[in-house]
Amino acid sequence: MAGPNSLYGPIDPAPDAGYTDAPPRMGFFTDTSVCIGCKACEVACKEWNAVPDDGFNLLGMSYDNTGGLSANTWRHVAFIEQAAPSPAAMDVLREAESTVSTQFLGMPSSTLPGANGREDRDLRWLMMSNVCKHCTHAACLDVCPTGSLFRTEFGTVVVQEDICNGCGYCIPACPYGVIDRREDDGRAWKCTLCYDRIGEGMTPACAQACPTQSIQYGELDELRERAAGRVEVLHQRGVTEARLYGHDPDDGVGGDGAFFLLLDEPEVYGLPPDPVVTTRDLPSMWKHAGVAALSMVAAAAVAFLGRRP
Amino acid sequence: MAEAHPVGFQWVMEAKKRGATVIHVDPRFTRTSAVADEFVPLRVGSDIAFLGGVINYILSNELDFREYVVSYTNAATLVTEGFQDTEDLGGLFSGYHPETGTYDPVTWQYEGHEEFAQSHEDAHVHRETGAGIQHEAHGPPVSGSVERDETLQDPRCVYQVLKRHYARYTPEVVERVCGVPPEQFQKVCEAWTRNSGRERTTALVYSVGWTQHTVGVQYIRAGAIIQLLLGNMGRPGGGIMALRGHASIQGSTDIPTLFNLLPGYLPMPHFKQHETFDMWAEAIRHLGQKGFWAYARCYAVSLLKAYFGEHATEENDWGYGWLPRLTGDHGTYQQVFNMIDGKIKGYFLLGQNPAVGSAHGRAQRLGMANLDWLVVRDLYMIESATFWKDSPEIETGEIVTEDCRTEVFFLPAASHVEKEGTFTQTQRMLQWREKALDPPQDCRSELWFFYHLGRLVRERLAASTLERDEPVKRLAWSYPTSGQHNEPDAESVLKEINGYDVATGAPLSGFTQLQADGSTACGCWIYSGVFADGVNQAARRKPGQEQSWVAPEWGWVWPANRRILYNRASADPQGVPWSEKKAYVWWDPEKGEWTGHDVPDFEKTKDPSFRPAPGTIGVDGLAGDDAFIMQGDGKGWLYAPAGLIDGPMPTHYEPAESPLRNPLYSQQANPVRKVYDRPDNQLNPAPPERHSEVFPYVFTTSRLTEHHTAGGMSRQLAYLSELQPAMFVEVSPALAEERGLEHMGWAHVITGRAAIEARVLVTARLRPLRLDGRVIHQIWLPYHWGGSGLITGDSANDLFGITLDPNVLIQESKVGTCDIRAGRRPTGPALLDYVADYLRRARLDATHYAPLETPGAGESDGRT
Amino acid sequence: MGVRTWIEGWPVYRQLTGTDPLGRGQAARSARTDALEPRTKTADSVAKSVCPYCAVGCGQRVFVKDGKVTQIEGDPDSPISRGRLCPKGSASKSLVTSDRRQRTVLYRRPYGKDWEELDLDTAMEMIADRVVKARADTWEDKDDDGRPLNRTLGISSLGGATLDNEENYLIKKLFTAMGAIQIENQARI
Repeated sequence: MAGPNSLYGPIDPAPDAGYTDAPPRMGFFTDTSVCIGCKACEVACKEWNAVPDDGFNLLGMSYDNTGGLSANTWRHVAFIEQAAPSPAAMDVLREAESTVSTQFLGMPSSTLPGANGREDRDLRWLMMSNVCKHCTHAACLDVCPTGSLFRTEFGTVVVQEDICNGCGYCIPACPYGVIDRREDDGRAWKCTLCYDRIGEGMTPACAQACPTQSIQYGELDELRERAAGRVEVLHQRGVTEARLYGHDPDDGVGGDGAFFLLLDEPEVYGLPPDPVVTTRDLPSMWKHAGVAALSMVAAAAVAFLGRRP
Repeated sequence: MAEAHPVGFQWVMEAKKRGATVIHVDPRFTRTSAVADEFVPLRVGSDIAFLGGVINYILSNELDFREYVVSYTNAATLVTEGFQDTEDLGGLFSGYHPETGTYDPVTWQYEGHEEFAQSHEDAHVHRETGAGIQHEAHGPPVSGSVERDETLQDPRCVYQVLKRHYARYTPEVVERVCGVPPEQFQKVCEAWTRNSGRERTTALVYSVGWTQHTVGVQYIRAGAIIQLLLGNMGRPGGGIMALRGHASIQGSTDIPTLFNLLPGYLPMPHFKQHETFDMWAEAIRHLGQKGFWAYARCYAVSLLKAYFGEHATEENDWGYGWLPRLTGDHGTYQQVFNMIDGKIKGYFLLGQNPAVGSAHGRAQRLGMANLDWLVVRDLYMIESATFWKDSPEIETGEIVTEDCRTEVFFLPAASHVEKEGTFTQTQRMLQWREKALDPPQDCRSELWFFYHLGRLVRERLAASTLERDEPVKRLAWSYPTSGQHNEPDAESVLKEINGYDVATGAPLSGFTQLQADGSTACGCWIYSGVFADGVNQAARRKPGQEQSWVAPEWGWVWPANRRILYNRASADPQGVPWSEKKAYVWWDPEKGEWTGHDVPDFEKTKDPSFRPAPGTIGVDGLAGDDAFIMQGDGKGWLYAPAGLIDGPMPTHYEPAESPLRNPLYSQQANPVRKVYDRPDNQLNPAPPERHSEVFPYVFTTSRLTEHHTAGGMSRQLAYLSELQPAMFVEVSPALAEERGLEHMGWAHVITGRAAIEARVLVTARLRPLRLDGRVIHQIWLPYHWGGSGLITGDSANDLFGITLDPNVLIQESKVGTCDIRAGRRPTGPALLDYVADYLRRARLDATHYAPLETPGAGESDGRT
Repeated sequence: MGVRTWIEGWPVYRQLTGTDPLGRGQAARSARTDALEPRTKTADSVAKSVCPYCAVGCGQRVFVKDGKVTQIEGDPDSPISRGRLCPKGSASKSLVTSDRRQRTVLYRRPYGKDWEELDLDTAMEMIADRVVKARADTWEDKDDDGRPLNRTLGISSLGGATLDNEENYLIKKLFTAMGAIQIENQARI
């Protein structure tokens, strides 16, 4: 079933991976505009998949103390506080300190903290639940030498823990830095999109728990439509910074099975702005390698044949 | 709400998707602020000034929902001529008695009701016994016959009294007290009023941190006044929603384990006020009042029948003589001080961790170290069970293990899936939990523990001839048990709570069936109906998607499975919905009955035009438009002529600890707050007292989404601990600069009680406020940490002293003053010296107590 | 397993003969993968419960297999929560099943330096003895003017608000009959 776009470009990945009667491709749409940063997704994922904790370390990255996606964190909520230490507040402070009396003699009121609502609007606390993107073209899968990483009938990408030998080739291959090796057992782990659950028609644990439906699970085509509609609504309401990320089948990974609505540039959330499947050039590499191999075969044959006058 | 009630918050997000405006008022920018349309930061402890400003905006612009206000509230009712307002008396209402620190509320009454008023001695008893909490299910007793001026022009009508009281709560005053700029305040006022009326309703949602103030009840009253003025009570999408923080905290007051209440908000007998059964039963209600509370005697007799069964007879006053009597304040804080003073022998802790979760942690731990015995029942080992070996006081030398005599029993508890029973969630809904499996090893339910403890105690007293042992012997204590552990049958207890016909044992269908002649027994009258038709109504689980949006067949809501209280107000006085969009219950003239989406909170066949003969009392006295059927006058109260100890209208007072002089009145703080003047309960000085600058900052505490209360159910779990692994303190960049605090470095926070350390998060989510000519810094701390668990840290509640709201005796633990310094706190005995040095500098010695009344209060001071 | 089956189960065979020549999907599946199913499907029983943390009252489904809780997740039928849970509610399985949970009685004798083990029945008898004694030692029959008091101020209790209504009912009923009035709850706090 492999087609011309098997390694790059738009494609429906499950039929391409040999599922003749594949169900619709399933995925996640994570709408960060309604995320409240509760981290239910992180916990629900760990409870269902028995993922170990990630250590008890205060990171000082706002309310994020798990740091990022890893072998032990398959859903990760990023917190971005967008506000520089308010210069106006500092001015008020200095002014107040310089006057001994409680009488305030300083700045004109328009620059005082809290003197108008502007600073509050300037202060944004962005939250985003990140996850494996389940790429259309998944380099992790393409480089996996054991067949541990495989494409499911739902178009998702899953590590088979009974096959993985911990070679780690998949780790540098991921353009998002998602897949990771667990220190104690050496194997690679990441989100399975709850393959066991969705096979029974259940919702993945994170999406089921999500209180505000920031994480939505469903048929990818339908999710893409829904997401486009949501962006439109937000634009109408003046949230012009709303944009989708990972939804486009023509992007560098053929579109993501898990895509996002963001309220700022991807880099702000720690996402690569223009991810490209690291095996994009594999076909031409194979072609060159194939030509080289054939030449060698030919040369060998010539050499072999050449021995017989 | 997003922080502490994320799943409830889905409905706010749903509303927002449909175009609702979400306004978040909070001292600090939280996860709720992050998704709100408008974030309004304000100074901790200034909420009444803020809400008072909204009331002033509504009244001075006449934006109230006039038809609703005239018909359903007491706006038109006249108040006595003698009433004097805080405007006239420097922040006091008329009737203040400095010697008891309480009010004589005679002048607060409705016109012509003066003789019904309690004395200030009564008010004193009410404060000591937290009597205000009785009014959770019903209004205080007042007569239903009142004088009204429906034009609202009489200067003594509630509407005009209210208008005068709030006239000085201008936007400028709001800015000076709260730090909220006038233009932002204006936006809030406009949004709230614009979104209320016939076609629209606005909901006010608070979390119960609101109750943790010396004016906590009045905070909520202020919210209620706005919602009544705007016609948002009893209507869909309106109301006041208390977001309670524990699975069955509503149930814990309905069926109380509180010293001053019996089930269904009946008062615990007071030795003087309720010496006899008749005195008790008559004190519960007012002889001339309207409404269902007039039947209090039926509820009281039925409770005693449930308690003492056949031994409760008319001849022995239903066993009333056996009930123990209050003589004053026996609340949890008084108990702690009594423990320190060696007056208490034994203490039960049932899923509660006061060493971390209660104010003034050091007092809590020192008290427990001075008991004969302590029983701790919990799922995990908690700090309150190990104070004798690893509390902070071990380190300071105040508790010495070998010298500590307290005998401690730790009994492991059954979890929520290992027993069956009901929780009452925050909207009064009882939900039955099925048991998934038996508890492991020694783990047992509280039902098991108390049933068997009762059995063992009764065995020991069975042969006693002492009068005091009669009630134990006569107690109805027969519940079927089953299983390997002899677990009592929770459903049989729920049936007793529901009530039954004594002769037949048949379950009652509701509290209207209760009798005062001993023919019915009922463990909690407001829960009557939960076992109607012999069916466990709380166990109903018809899927939400198969029901109407009201979902009446999921669980059971008290009273009478009614989802919105006072929903008669969702229709106009004639019984017609205020608008099609907001139709909820209405009068069907053809059928001659009330109907709608919910169980109507009204007599089913009482015509809207019905008017009782003058002087009719009880339910018959309710007119067809008396929507507030549990109030003595059938009206929603903009003004509370009775039932509140600290005044008929909310008034801004500063917190007991404040760096600011009250900008509004001479009177600084609530003049009737409950204080414990003890050397081990020093409160930081507040103006006009001197030396408040020793503790220059304001601090507040609250929850994190990732943790639960004192941490016993979260700091023990890896998946929650990793998400918030360390105690921290949030400060603004400006304060960090002022005090040299570094992000992720250590700092310690000091009050007159303790110094605790935490890691520093410098964040713009906190910011200094400028008000009344000063810069005020606010500090925020989570209160989840203690010494046990996967992650440990100092406890924020150690910082608080103990001062209480006078109406319900809840502590002021959402605001205090402090200092903050870079670096870790001293350890060992040096820590005590360190705190003592602050006390010396603040001139807080053992004889220093802040007076309740502030100089200048009681006189017209003209302060604005 | 016959040779033929064995060969057909060989990924490379499947890859070469099936629809997945690149061996990235259908052909790469392991036997474990083929056998995967959600553990909720094989549960012996499912109890309808309610989250024990805050007071929103979210519905929970508790799955039990072989006498152990194997999963707790939101109940989609609940009109309150619609199947959703917050991080605490989502951690309910850990709350119930954690190894850190204390499952046996512990006893610290007066002036003791450490915990000791104690039999539950013995503990109950000891507690009952102490209650009876504390009550007798601190009993107040009447005040100075002869008004009844019928009480002890020697016993205190503070309950959490995660107790069931039925439990609170028995607690208040028993303590009231015993004359113990210093009965309090998180609701005061």
